[in-house]
Amino acid sequence: MNKDQWERLLKEAREKTPERKPEFTTISGLTLEPSYFGLDAEWPGAYPFTRGIDPILYRSDLWVMGQYSGFGSAEEANQRYRYLLSRGQTGFSIALDLPTQMGFDSDHDMSEGEVGKVGVALNSLEDMQMLLKDIPLQKVRQMRTTANATGPIMAAMFIATMEKDGTDPKDIKILIQNDSLKEFFARGAYIFPPEPSAKLSVDVIEYCSKHLPGWTPLSISGYHIRDSGATAQQEVAFAFANGVAYIEEALKRGLDVDEFAGSFYVFFASHIDLLEEVAKFRAARRLWARLMKERFGAKLDETMKLRIFAYTMGGALTAQQPLNNVARVTIEALAAVLGGVQTLATSSYDEALSIPSEEAVTVALRTQQIIAHESGVTGTVDPLGGSYAIEALTDQSEERMMEYINTVDRMGGAIAAIERGYFQREIGESAYRWQKDVEENKRTVVGVNEFVSDKSEKVPVFRLDPAIEQRQVARLTDLRRRRDNRAVAAALTAVEQAARKGDNTIPSLVEAIKAYATLGEICDVFRDLWGTYQEPAVF
Amino acid sequence: MESKVRVLIAKPGLDGHDRGAKVIARALSEAGMEVIYTGLHQSPHNIVEAALQEDVKVIGLSILSGAHLSLGKRVMEGLKERGLDDVLVLFGGIIPDDDIAELKDLGVDAVFGPGTDTREVVEHITRRLDKTK
Repeated sequence: MNKDQWERLLKEAREKTPERKPEFTTISGLTLEPSYFGLDAEWPGAYPFTRGIDPILYRSDLWVMGQYSGFGSAEEANQRYRYLLSRGQTGFSIALDLPTQMGFDSDHDMSEGEVGKVGVALNSLEDMQMLLKDIPLQKVRQMRTTANATGPIMAAMFIATMEKDGTDPKDIKILIQNDSLKEFFARGAYIFPPEPSAKLSVDVIEYCSKHLPGWTPLSISGYHIRDSGATAQQEVAFAFANGVAYIEEALKRGLDVDEFAGSFYVFFASHIDLLEEVAKFRAARRLWARLMKERFGAKLDETMKLRIFAYTMGGALTAQQPLNNVARVTIEALAAVLGGVQTLATSSYDEALSIPSEEAVTVALRTQQIIAHESGVTGTVDPLGGSYAIEALTDQSEERMMEYINTVDRMGGAIAAIERGYFQREIGESAYRWQKDVEENKRTVVGVNEFVSDKSEKVPVFRLDPAIEQRQVARLTDLRRRRDNRAVAAALTAVEQAARKGDNTIPSLVEAIKAYATLGEICDVFRDLWGTYQEPAVF
Repeated sequence: MESKVRVLIAKPGLDGHDRGAKVIARALSEAGMEVIYTGLHQSPHNIVEAALQEDVKVIGLSILSGAHLSLGKRVMEGLKERGLDDVLVLFGGIIPDDDIAELKDLGVDAVFGPGTDTREVVEHITRRLDKTK
C-alpha cells in the first residue's frame, strides 16, 4: 500500500462512518493527524492490520464500553442492566451462574449454594424472557454471554425468546463466547469431552453464518488462559490454536472461511505491562490476518481483521489496599485503547474481594470514559506505532506466538494438545514462576510484597440475598408442573436424534426451548450421549 | 524416618478457577509434603471420601465462586460423620472477612486470601501439625 491508496481508504472510511469531530487537536491546539507514518510503515485499516482494523478507528466510533455484570435471579440482573444502560453503558454482558454454565438446573444437587452466585441462573425460556424484559435491545451495541459448553443452548434461548416476542433475532447483536475448548485448560466449565464440545461450538458458527450473520457466534478466548497464569504470547497463541480447530471443523462441514470467520471476536486480557500489552494486541492482529490469508485462503479483508474484546486483568488486582486497583485498571484500560481494541470491559477495584459494589462498577466505567473523552489518545490511530520499543516488541511477540502455534500443530492440533495436557503444563509452569517471582521479590506488586501497609483496609462487600436460590428453585418446580411435559419429552427426543446423527443441533434446540425444556434436561440428553469429561488432575 | 505429611487439595463445587489450587499444590509438594489434587468439580461427598481413602492430615479447599459457606459446611459435616474431626482444614480463595469467622466456627483452621505467600501456608501447616502431635 502507498500513501495515495491509504488516502483513498481513509476517504471511504470517513464517508461510511463520519468522524466524531471536525478536527482533532491536543489540549493546547496542536493538530492530530488520523495516523502517523514512517517510510516503510504499515497502515491502519490495511492488511495485515497490525496498526488497527480501521483507518480512523476511535475518531469515528469509540470502542464499545461493556462491563461484566449480572447476578442473582433474572429479575435482579434485569434491574442492573437497566441501571447500567441508563448510565451510558453501550454494551453489556450476561454473566451466568456456575450451574447454568455447567448445564445444571437450579434444583440439581451440584447447584446447591451456587445458584445466582457469580451470575444469573437461566434454567428455561421464562428466565431469559424475564432477563431481557423492557430492555431496548435494538439500542444495545453488543450483548455478550459467557455460555461455552452450553453455547448452542444459549443461542437457542435467545432465538426462542425473540421469536416468541415477535422480534427478528437478526436485528439484535448477540455475542456468544461459545469457546468450549479453552474450558479444558482454563476456566474449567467443561461438560462433555473435547471432540463433541468443539462440534457444539461449531453448530453455533454454522447456524449463524446461514441465518444470523450479524451475531458473533464465537469469541475466541485468551483471557481465561492468561488469568490461569499464561504469558501474553501463550495467551494469544493457545487461543488462536483453539480458533484454528473450530475453523477446521467448520471447513469440514463445507463452509467457506469467508462465510463465517469474519464474524468472530477474540477476547483478550489487558494486563499491567503496558508496552507488552500494546505489542500483544498489534502482534495478534498481524498474526491472525496472516493465518486467515495464508493458511485458510481468506479473500475478504473482513475475515482477516481481528476484532478484539479486551478486559482488564482481574488476576492482576489485589485484595490488599484495594483502591490501588483503580490505578491498575487505568493502566490496563489504556493499554487496550492504545492497542486499538473494539470492546473494552474494566474491572471494579473490589473484584479481588467479592462481586463488585455499585460504586466500584461506576468508577470502572468512568475510567473508560476519562480515557475516551479526556486523555486525547483517541485522536490518532495507533499512536504508539513506529516507536522503536513497540515495533520490536510486536515483532518478538508475533514470533513467539507463531512458535507455540507450530508446536500445537505438530501435536495434531488443539484437541490433541488438550488430551496430552500440553496447555495445562505450560500454563501451570508460567503461573508457578509468577508466584515464585513475587515471593522472591523479583517482581514487585505494590501493597503485596512491597509498600505494604499495616492497617487492614476494608471494602464494603456486596451481599447477595440467600433467598434467591429458594425462589429460583420454586419457580422452576412450578414451571415443570405447568408446562406440557409430553411436548417436552418429544422435543428432547428430537434434540437427541439431531445430535446422534451429527446434524446441527440448533433448530431442534430452539423447539425444545420453546416447549419449556430446561437447560439441565437438554444437557442430560447430551451427557447420556457423549458422557462427561474427567480432567487429568495434574499440577 | 518421619513420613511425609499428606495433603489433599480440593476444588469443591463448580468453580473452575484452579490457578491458586495448582500453585499451592506444587508449593506444598516442593516443601516436602505428599500432595493429592482432586481436580475440578468435586462434591463435598467426594472430597470427604478422598480424604478418608488417602489418609490425609490436611485438606486445602479452594473456592473463588462465593459458595464457600454452603460447601464448607457440607465438607465439615461430612468429615465429622466419617470421624475425621482431627484433619486440619484450610481455605483459600476469595472469602470476605465477615465470612471467615463463620468458617472458623464450623471448624476451619485458617483462611488464606489472594496474595498469600505460599511459604506462609507451609509454615502454618508445619506449626499446626507440630502442636497436634
